[in-house]
Amino acid sequence: MENTDRIEKRIFLRAPRARVWRAISDAHEFGAWFRVALEGNFAPGSTLRGRILHPEYAHLTLEMKIEELEPERYFSYRWRPNAVDPAHDYSGEPMTLVEFELSDAEGGTSLTIRESGFDALPAARRAQAFRANGDGWAQQLENIARYVSQ
Amino acid sequence: MSRSSARHTLAEAAPLFAALGDETRLGLLSRLSSEGPLSITRLSDGSDITRQAVTKHLHALAHAGLVRDSQSGRERIWELEPRRLEKARRYLAQISEQWDEALGRLREMVEREP
Repeated sequence: MENTDRIEKRIFLRAPRARVWRAISDAHEFGAWFRVALEGNFAPGSTLRGRILHPEYAHLTLEMKIEELEPERYFSYRWRPNAVDPAHDYSGEPMTLVEFELSDAEGGTSLTIRESGFDALPAARRAQAFRANGDGWAQQLENIARYVSQ
Repeated sequence: MSRSSARHTLAEAAPLFAALGDETRLGLLSRLSSEGPLSITRLSDGSDITRQAVTKHLHALAHAGLVRDSQSGRERIWELEPRRLEKARRYLAQISEQWDEALGRLREMVEREP
């Protein structure tokens, strides 16, 4: 079991760092690719809410608590991933931390996104307790970890 | 995964994790995993919980689709229903898939619109 706490992805974008930074740090542009209609601007300490534009989850409101913005280098916020059951009150549940890191790459920009803190979430906590019980199940959880860390 | 099956998976995930959120039930799953199909008598052996309590927990697990039972002579034998875990795996995989889709749209935006 390598990791159930974080998802990390690195992609190469054929665009200048300033362009990538705008797409991530401008709430309007962020909303366009993330499909959420955000109100307000990203600033350290601010909380933004927005309606999700994905037709499947259009009844949901997303909440983002902005942590840090370091121009053209780093952006982080907290939210609750997959809070998709309208009948469930998620407000008491822990949030995950999402981080974007930009760096120069040949002919464009390298972008790393990291979402961490899944082990503190109720479902993941149970999965972790599950892991401690028996080798047969450990194998199944290994599959889960491999999947989420892809 | 199609959208409708994704929704289906999510709707099923909540009772699944609720069933897993109990030490006694996790212990029962662990034993069924390592020892194979067992009777309630065997599952209660060497444990402080009563047969009645074991039966109650097994029914909770069965309700979440994690175990199934069958009659064998005078006894009821319980075993794992492995397909259910596959659904849990898919549920967690969705978060990762959502990022892939979102990053694909980000790529399109920054590479096509200067």
